[in-house]
Amino acid sequence: MFRALRLASLRNISVSAKRFGSTLAFIEAQGDVISSASLSSLTAAKQIGQPITAILFGSNAKNASSALNKIDGLDKILIASNSEFDHNLPEFLSPVISNLINETSYDFTHFITPATAMGKNILPRIGALLDVQPISDIIKVEDSSTFIRPIYAGNALITVKSNDSKKLISARPSAFEPIGQTSENSYQIEEITPTLETLQIEWVSENLVKSERPDLSSAKKVVSGGRGLKSKENFETLITPLADALGAGIGATRAAVDSGFVDNSLQVGQTGKVVAPDLYVAVGISGAIQHLAGMKDSKTIVAINKDEEAPIFNVADIGLVGDLFEVVPELTEKVK
Amino acid sequence: MSTKLNILVPVKRVIDFAIKPRINKTNTGIEKAGVKFSINPFCDIAVEEAVRIKEANKSLVNKIHVVSIGPTKSQDILRQSLAKGADSSTLVDVGEEEIEPLSVAKILKQVVEKNQSNLVILGKQAIDDDSNHTGQMLAGLLKWPQATNAAKVELKGEEVFVTREIDGGEETVKAKLPLIITTDLRLNEPRYATLPNMMKAKKKPLEKLKLSDFDVDVTKRLEVLKVEEPPVRNAGIKVGNVDELVSKLKDLKAI
Repeated sequence: MFRALRLASLRNISVSAKRFGSTLAFIEAQGDVISSASLSSLTAAKQIGQPITAILFGSNAKNASSALNKIDGLDKILIASNSEFDHNLPEFLSPVISNLINETSYDFTHFITPATAMGKNILPRIGALLDVQPISDIIKVEDSSTFIRPIYAGNALITVKSNDSKKLISARPSAFEPIGQTSENSYQIEEITPTLETLQIEWVSENLVKSERPDLSSAKKVVSGGRGLKSKENFETLITPLADALGAGIGATRAAVDSGFVDNSLQVGQTGKVVAPDLYVAVGISGAIQHLAGMKDSKTIVAINKDEEAPIFNVADIGLVGDLFEVVPELTEKVK
Repeated sequence: MSTKLNILVPVKRVIDFAIKPRINKTNTGIEKAGVKFSINPFCDIAVEEAVRIKEANKSLVNKIHVVSIGPTKSQDILRQSLAKGADSSTLVDVGEEEIEPLSVAKILKQVVEKNQSNLVILGKQAIDDDSNHTGQMLAGLLKWPQATNAAKVELKGEEVFVTREIDGGEETVKAKLPLIITTDLRLNEPRYATLPNMMKAKKKPLEKLKLSDFDVDVTKRLEVLKVEEPPVRNAGIKVGNVDELVSKLKDLKAI
């Protein structure tokens, strides 16, 4: 009798704890460095207000997990060290993650990933497996089921409430500060050994643009060039020195990418990267809505363009109407 | 590749990319009356890629089927796609109702099964809701591999090699059919439909179906609470020369 009562009350406790659920956060790492986008998505995870379990995949997961100990506010860390996960193929990751989310002992109600190329690749596939409509690229957490995200290239903000029992979210890195790193915790690390799906696809190779300069997505300053630069050579002789003088990342418009001035991975806009640095210098960029979608949340925007009617001047804090071939070298000299 | 390709290309009708959308008075959506609509640019690239695959591998491609799930007027973009080289089409007329990507993917799954498609090429995202979901969801539902954000597609023997745009550069994956591909902007430059081809397209098959022809529950999972303008930036200033620009930047502590 006594025993039954105790059991019942224990069960009550676990039921009430369950109501709060917890959040599974996907962490991307390069070696043992956690990506800045993942640190931003942990900030969004924190705002959801539930215990956070971080998950790391791939042969480096164990190394990277020690970097997570510098972050406050995690509940625990899951690692899946299979080398098959090294290239984040969604065909492998999605079934593993959806099984974890369905695993009742973990009590996950939320899954969050950074809205990077990787996050965008896996999240919807997990949604299909769980029969859940994900919410991508959120810029604000209203409450644990209500989120704000941009639509129409950032020309409108939509507030949506998810009625699914599991919430699948990707967070726009530029909209959340990276989570602070200070103290040394020692979180419980749980190694999971998922069964793998049969291979239907194989990773062949990658070709990454090597650069010493700040990564475009997380740079505090960005210098971007557009069609006005006219050639790859001009881009290199004008934009690169200015970016170096400012310690800035380099960005570009679609026109500049299409004309072969720079690699596609530097494209800023609706279909490229979304950045929100402290300083964004737009050189020879007209300011099409697709480009503005990727940079109009920057703190200070500077525009240098010879066409004073260019739409970029509508969003620029400081505009200079002039010939970029004269202005940019002069500016580079003066900020050095 | 000895397997014959049955290519399916889903296309979406969206507000033209050059138009700045206006939010409606009730703050529940975007004003659509009297606005120019076009094929979603990424879908146009998907159609072009399918046509190029067919042109380069005539004996391999059985047919290119295009499908659109949307209002009656979506038949315009189907006709356009037929004029560019697709062979047949289906309109799933769902009226003006917006359908979420999960439901679209479920309908597409049934279209894939009916058409025995083994290669589906979609745009990576629609420029209206900017979700970037449907291709990945369809791949998940079908349990097919997915190659998203494709910048290059090559058929080699029994395999399809796809170069994908990723953060920091590109990567290449290879897969066997069946396969889902989603297109990035860099994949190709879509052709224009010529007038004679537009005339010929009128004779190509356009099957009209309704939502009730599919066994899919399209109940919305996401409730729209409001749609609003993004914060407006304060008007900036124009400076006369580089010195003023530098001193302004110093005032703002931007450098």
